[in-house]
Amino acid sequence: MSRAALLVLADGRFPAGGHAHSGGAEAAVKAGRVTGAASLEDFCRGRLHTAGLVAAALAAAAVLGVAPGELDAAADARTPSPALRVAARRLGRQLMRAARATWPSDELDAVARQFPKGAHQPVVLGLAARAAGLEPVDAAYCAAYESVSGPASATVRLLSLDPFDATGVLARLAPEVDLVVDRAVEAARRVADDGVDALPASSAPLLEVGAETHAAWAVRLFAS
Amino acid sequence: MSVSGVRATARIVARSDGRGGTSLPVLEGEGPLALRRTRASGGEARVMLVGAMSGPLGGDHFTVEADVEEGTRLRVGSAAATIALPGQAKGEARYDVWLRVADGAELQWLPEQLISAGGSDLRVATHVEVGAGGRLVLREEQVLGRVGEEPGRLTSRLTVRVGGRVVLDQELACGPGALGGWDGPAVLGGHRAVGQLVVVRPEFGSRPVPARVLGEGAVVAPLAGPAVLVSAVAGDALRLRRVLDEALALMA
Repeated sequence: MSRAALLVLADGRFPAGGHAHSGGAEAAVKAGRVTGAASLEDFCRGRLHTAGLVAAALAAAAVLGVAPGELDAAADARTPSPALRVAARRLGRQLMRAARATWPSDELDAVARQFPKGAHQPVVLGLAARAAGLEPVDAAYCAAYESVSGPASATVRLLSLDPFDATGVLARLAPEVDLVVDRAVEAARRVADDGVDALPASSAPLLEVGAETHAAWAVRLFAS
Repeated sequence: MSVSGVRATARIVARSDGRGGTSLPVLEGEGPLALRRTRASGGEARVMLVGAMSGPLGGDHFTVEADVEEGTRLRVGSAAATIALPGQAKGEARYDVWLRVADGAELQWLPEQLISAGGSDLRVATHVEVGAGGRLVLREEQVLGRVGEEPGRLTSRLTVRVGGRVVLDQELACGPGALGGWDGPAVLGGHRAVGQLVVVRPEFGSRPVPARVLGEGAVVAPLAGPAVLVSAVAGDALRLRRVLDEALALMA
């Protein structure tokens, strides 16, 4: 394997469509819950330990070879908001397209056929990492970091926040990203013995409420 | 002197009485978990969970099990809120709830709030298995701290299977010692009452309930299966109950 493949997969310019999604930041800004760097940091910290942890564990489990169908069902059960399930599948389909072009593999082809409307993005992320020869921990880092980098860069546009402040938020969260990745990989390794119930199921009520509120808007800057 | 917590189990079995009604051949409480049968309504049996002492305290482990057999209807409530308190025993307290609803059976699980008092440490796990043709209304409400009090630590996981398939698995962790951001703008945003209402009905499979936002802090979310989750946050227990009642009325 080449560790540099992780940089390709994690690169914001990797053509997987993530930039069109705010990770709930647009709804939180509109509701007045995110107003600057401090509240962005709180928002990202909450998202990291909930949706980020779940995504990182799903991605790591996919690298370990857990059946994608089981992981996709586990992702559904951990995503009550239908708007978030739709967004996750749309992102999964776009990532699948980019991953198949970048790291062609029979396994990716088979999963693309199994989920014509797209599988949940973290599951595809794990499969892409697997096709690139990466490790579970790499996929978990990718998913956990994306869970905070998406809202941070979206907030730069939404609030005209200073990009240096947004980057500072991400740097301050780095030790907690490490922690989340450790927990995610440990949980993913338990799936072989205990099934997908061993995956974390941390939830964030305001992300769910915000996602449905956002989906009902006529005009919005981001897709979710 | 070593102090260990209290272990207590309560069990309910609802069985058809053969005349269209529901009998309760098993209705066993223990220690702090007492069960009382209350007046039945139509073919529905009703049970009240009565706390016979305070708790759960640190180190306690309570388990409640209900089996709702085919063709029966059971409604379970509680006489008062449950208050998690700090105890003299070391370690967290645990409260496990196991609910099984057979094909063609119906369970309404409507306990009063769980209040996480300052200094307490409680882990709640609720496992629900509903048969493919079963019906469920389940309400859980968590209140973080008594009036003007910082909450204790509370972790609450809710897993619902319908026809053998997991339709909902979610965990909420809050209070001191919980991982970061729980009170921030992505999770609770300073709200002190949080609740879930799960409704399972076979007809939701062909006629799903549309997603809907209720006010500032609640959402009606159709799950991937014949079930709906209402997820809500509110400033206090009264406002939380009001929004969950409103959501349930929408599905009537």
